[in-house]
Amino acid sequence: MKTSISNIIDRYGNDPVRLMDILLDIQDEIGYIPEEINQKIADQVGISKAELVETVSFYHFFSDKPLGKYTVYLNNSVTAEMMGREKVKQTFEEEAGVTFGNVSSDGLIGLFDTSCIGMCDQEPAAIINGVVFNNLTPFRVKEIVNSMREGEAITEMFKQNYGDGNNSSELVKAVVSNNLRRKGPVIWDPYTPGEGLQKAVSMDPSQLIEEIKNSNLRGRGGAGFPTGLKWEFCTKAKETERYIFCNADEGEPGTFKDRVILTELPKMVFEGMAIAAYAVGAKQGVLYVRYEYKYLKKHLENALEELRKERLLGKNIAGKKGFDFDIRIQYGAGAYVCGEESALIESAEGKRGEPRDRPPFPVDKGYLGKPTIVNNVETLAKVTKILKNGSEWFNTLGTKESTGTKLMSISGDCRYPGVYEIEWGHSIYDILEMVGAEDVQAVQVGGPSGTLIGPNQLPRSLGYEDLGTGGALIIFSESRDLLKEVVMNYTEFFIEESCGSCSTCRNMPVLLRDKLQKILDGHGVVQDIDDLLEWSKTLKISRCGLGHTAANPIVTSILNFRHLYEKRVLRDREFETGFNLADSVRESCEAAGRTANI
Amino acid sequence: MSEKINFIIDGKECQSEEGKYLVDAAKENGIYIPTLCNYEGLKPKGSCRICTVKINGRFATACTSPVHDGMNIENETEELKDMRKQIIELLFVSGNHFCPACEKSGNCELQALAYRFKMMAPRFPFAFPNKEIDASHPKIIKDQNRCILCKRCIRGIKDEEGKSYFAYQNRGKDSLVVVDRKLAAEMTAEKAQQAMDICPVGSIIVREKGWDTPIGDRKYDKAPIGSDIENN
Ligand SMILES: Cc1cc2nc3c(=O)[nH]c(=O)nc-3n(C[C@H](O)[C@H](O)[C@H](O)COP(=O)(O)O)c2cc1C
Ligand code: SF4
Ligand code: SF4
Ligand code: FES
Repeated sequence: MKTSISNIIDRYGNDPVRLMDILLDIQDEIGYIPEEINQKIADQVGISKAELVETVSFYHFFSDKPLGKYTVYLNNSVTAEMMGREKVKQTFEEEAGVTFGNVSSDGLIGLFDTSCIGMCDQEPAAIINGVVFNNLTPFRVKEIVNSMREGEAITEMFKQNYGDGNNSSELVKAVVSNNLRRKGPVIWDPYTPGEGLQKAVSMDPSQLIEEIKNSNLRGRGGAGFPTGLKWEFCTKAKETERYIFCNADEGEPGTFKDRVILTELPKMVFEGMAIAAYAVGAKQGVLYVRYEYKYLKKHLENALEELRKERLLGKNIAGKKGFDFDIRIQYGAGAYVCGEESALIESAEGKRGEPRDRPPFPVDKGYLGKPTIVNNVETLAKVTKILKNGSEWFNTLGTKESTGTKLMSISGDCRYPGVYEIEWGHSIYDILEMVGAEDVQAVQVGGPSGTLIGPNQLPRSLGYEDLGTGGALIIFSESRDLLKEVVMNYTEFFIEESCGSCSTCRNMPVLLRDKLQKILDGHGVVQDIDDLLEWSKTLKISRCGLGHTAANPIVTSILNFRHLYEKRVLRDREFETGFNLADSVRESCEAAGRTANI
Repeated sequence: MSEKINFIIDGKECQSEEGKYLVDAAKENGIYIPTLCNYEGLKPKGSCRICTVKINGRFATACTSPVHDGMNIENETEELKDMRKQIIELLFVSGNHFCPACEKSGNCELQALAYRFKMMAPRFPFAFPNKEIDASHPKIIKDQNRCILCKRCIRGIKDEEGKSYFAYQNRGKDSLVVVDRKLAAEMTAEKAQQAMDICPVGSIIVREKGWDTPIGDRKYDKAPIGSDIENN
């Protein structure tokens, strides 16, 4: 062992708030977090062992068992399935001689599923020992497993060029592609670090907030809350120790635009954080990045370092006396719910990523109980541009209620999946034309938590007036089985990702899934469709957006594609238990140790 | 002194102090809002969702929402009553609750609420999950079959340094409330009794002691849950 456990914990001042970093480092060092050292970690940071396990057991990428010398996390999102995940998965199992969820008996290869890793435009993709492998095929899998048997270093297994842009830079060296298909007028307007911040410090903070309010910028993370208003609320909080958080958790399946911003323009985001800090008088910022983007760590740290050298972070920033602000990077460890702003804060405090009850809102009581602004990556990048070019300029783009542009992450059945910056107001129809999509059966707008719409709704337009979105569009052609391939996958996603706190969100999606399965198995009746709609309503009283939207795949597909359900249910009866006699006999014979003869 | 404010619950004019949690403010006015994860003296956690009301038309949990002047609150509507009943049903089908064999029967808040909401058979299918009984600690037994994951024990049962005897493990449908082995080894008899009392159901049971009070003489055998508030 290179570094002792107590040194690692010491590095973070034995502080339980830094538990995520401590656990990430220990996992890096040993490969997992052995049960035997839990008590030691707990004692050193001053919590009970059970409390430590609360955090460890919450996150997908923490493990109390060895994960293999090579650990494969194969994405199981809908687009991965559409692009041939099943064959890739089978090949991994055959070649490695072990099934998913396990480590080979020689300890060499561990195979695991994982929720969307933000690569939907280059699926099937996997993270192997922290490194992304995209566009996997059975052929490539065989090569990779062979290389593992030969003990090759992970980065020697690429056999392909590094990706475009900064993906091929010295500090990233990833095969990931940006697939930047359309450069729009906001994010990709020419950028020199500092221009926005210089403008900001020439105003006083209240003027600055006025400028953001005048731009009508709304949060790009999905909820669309007016950014200027959020900042103003923060200035009204009693406490003056304040924090700026940038949300780079990007967990909504089908969303990957924040990855491209962080790869190409990280300074624009950090500058936006500094502008926010100036507006509310914050001294410390945190960029919370999902674990899946760990390959960007050095690149992001380097950008921070350069900004410090350019005097755009640190002390007396941008020449303004007394304006001190710096940023630390906090990595997550695999939990979609950590994208919810209060869960994000809990996680950055070293705890389970469980959303908090509101009120109080983070702008009143956030990180360490202090007023905190949480903004999405794209929102903060736009802040920098609004300062540079002015709110009036921003208002000339988009529509009246939805000003500016939106970065769209587009994947699924289309010729050109990737990232597009477009002005608000385009119809879905326009967008499908833009990306080369034909034979469209359905479009998932906003990822699983959004809406599944059909061809008759293609004239609808993107914008807060109609279809507001965090930016994911997933396209399904006529050849797809929407209920089996899409709705089921999304429902499973919510079951996997629920934090488990609310009685509703912990239990109801499981019941909905089972009922959907009953219908898919041909045992459903009309009443089952109505039950799905009726039972879903109770999820609306859950604590956070995850629970509120967990039934959206089912509900919006029933509303817009009811015929697909009706086609599958039994019309000749009102009640059907779904009981499968053959299966049950087989099961009980197995339990009794007899061979079933059915 | 906090300032007095006025608000309305189901059309009834109520008074309380600004910022008080709505469950407590309602109680002062003789109105019962059912609770399960809430416990007097503990920071509310809003996990069971049963106290959900509508405040000015929007869902909110009464145990975590401070009351403000002019709020209009819906409590006993058909919609809310049915959602609450669904929660009780969800908790029944997701665990294994065999009341006649449970030490907590008659003192159990889940059972009492099921009576209040006139639950006959749950509308949801029983999951009959495979759950463990952890009888490895000297003073208590932790029966996972009955745990409704309300976190009252986690929030309420701590040692002198503030460390919790109980903790949440895993997430989503696999969530569990577990016992810290080291702390439990030194648990006093009083702490064990406190833990059992704080648990709304029979998931924490004190060892080697039971059936002190006969069935029929227990808390909710005598007066239905909420009746103390409503008849006040
Ligand atoms: C389950 C869940 C996941 C979320 N994930 C993200 C995310 O990955 N990135 C993000 O920016 N916002 C996410 N949000 C929204 C955040 O809670 C929050 O609204 C947002 O970060 C605010 O930033 P904005 O106003 O700039 O959009 C999520 C919300 C929920 C309920
Ligand atoms: S709604 Fe789901 S994810 Fe959100 S707090 Fe409740 S259990 Fe957790
Ligand atoms: S053991 Fe009891 S008090 Fe603790 S979470 Fe479970 S039901 Fe609640
Ligand atoms: S009592 Fe309010 S959520 Fe449980």
